[in-house]
Amino acid sequence: MSVQVNKFGFAINLSRAINYDTSDRKVREYVTLREPSFRLCFACGGCTATCTAGQHTSFNLRRMNTCIRRGEIESLREEVKRCMLCGKCLLVCPRGVNTRNVVAAAADAIRKLDRNEL
Amino acid sequence: MKEPAKHVIVAGGGVAGMEAAGSLAEMGLRVTLIEKGDDPGGNLLKWHALFPDRRPAEEVRKYLRRRIDQENINVITRTSVEKIRHHGHEVIVSLSGGTEEKADAVIIATGFDIFDAHRKEEYGYGIYDNVITSADLEEMFNRERVVKADGSVPARMGFIHCVGSRDEKVNNNHCSKVCCVTAVKQAIEVRKVIPSCEVFCFYMDMRMFGPYYEELYRESQEVHNINFIRGKVSEASVNINNRLVVKVEDTLAGRPLKMELDIMVLMVGMEMSETGAHLAEASGLKLGVNKFLYPADHHFGTNRSSMKGVFYAGACTAPMNITDTISHSRSAVAETARYLKIR
Repeated sequence: MSVQVNKFGFAINLSRAINYDTSDRKVREYVTLREPSFRLCFACGGCTATCTAGQHTSFNLRRMNTCIRRGEIESLREEVKRCMLCGKCLLVCPRGVNTRNVVAAAADAIRKLDRNEL
Repeated sequence: MKEPAKHVIVAGGGVAGMEAAGSLAEMGLRVTLIEKGDDPGGNLLKWHALFPDRRPAEEVRKYLRRRIDQENINVITRTSVEKIRHHGHEVIVSLSGGTEEKADAVIIATGFDIFDAHRKEEYGYGIYDNVITSADLEEMFNRERVVKADGSVPARMGFIHCVGSRDEKVNNNHCSKVCCVTAVKQAIEVRKVIPSCEVFCFYMDMRMFGPYYEELYRESQEVHNINFIRGKVSEASVNINNRLVVKVEDTLAGRPLKMELDIMVLMVGMEMSETGAHLAEASGLKLGVNKFLYPADHHFGTNRSSMKGVFYAGACTAPMNITDTISHSRSAVAETARYLKIR
């Protein structure tokens, strides 16, 4: 929640900024280690354009990659489950990222994070 | 007694080769310019107008033709250079057809080939009628007829950037540099010829590296209402209305996007020319990861090869625009002259 309401009718907006110094890098480190080609993404969106899940849900691999890199993982918890691992994105990616393995690694990372295993 | 003029062979009669031949001849050297096509001119022969000022390509062609119209230049067409080897103080050049020529130095100016768009099958070039390349569009401008395959006027056109460039799937990781500004130039030209036609550019990054390129980009938005969508097109198909449909992510909106188009223009990139690649392989000249000729030094030796008396000019070393090609060609001539004096 970004808005805290107090009983006097005042509200404090928390900063929307990505705080790169306090953000969680564990997921990024885990995904990069398991799938080093993750680093090659240049955010062209080819994966999302061709993604079957992305046509009907909020799943967006290009955005997910950016979020992981920035340590913004809260939004991923639900999103990562929407990928059906069909691998069409893999056929499109101009940087040769093993996109399917990135999703699998991200899902694992979030599971491990919740169990304090990262 | 006066020493006979030194002889230099220029392999390739495109922009780089013609400029090199002209500059060498001006210095009093004897030049043989070898061109594989019917006429010198190279890829420039296909072009209608040039970025950034949209001047007619014919003006530059005329300049280059005048350049090689000198007594001491011998132009040999329909011939390619197959192999080069250094022998004593000479460079021996094997030509197609089996003959050999001797020279005191050689400038390689074999240039580039345009990426064969058939290789990006998902874009449907050669499958769907209204998928064309940037080179095809130049020919349409030449014929003064920008129309769909059925002869009708397009209501919407899309330019797809980076076709055959920055794409591991076709084994080209390099950027071809000139396609971004070419797309902007052609988009403006389309709007001028068909003011009713909507124009969209689908880009990954806009690389406006040269003088007045950024200004042209700005003009395209400000004056000509060109639309830019940031995303790589993943595929094209044809729908029931017989219109092309592209699938792309609008990465700035963060959502997948579909769009109908009447004509889709593929901005084809540059690859090492086939002739150049054969020559390099036969002669043992080193290629870079981009498969273009790898020069001796990237900062102060871009015209030098690993072979004595052999120099590089123009887009055989990397994708290059005409301005840079002419400069690079002149510096190749300077390197050659220096070599001939001190060798």
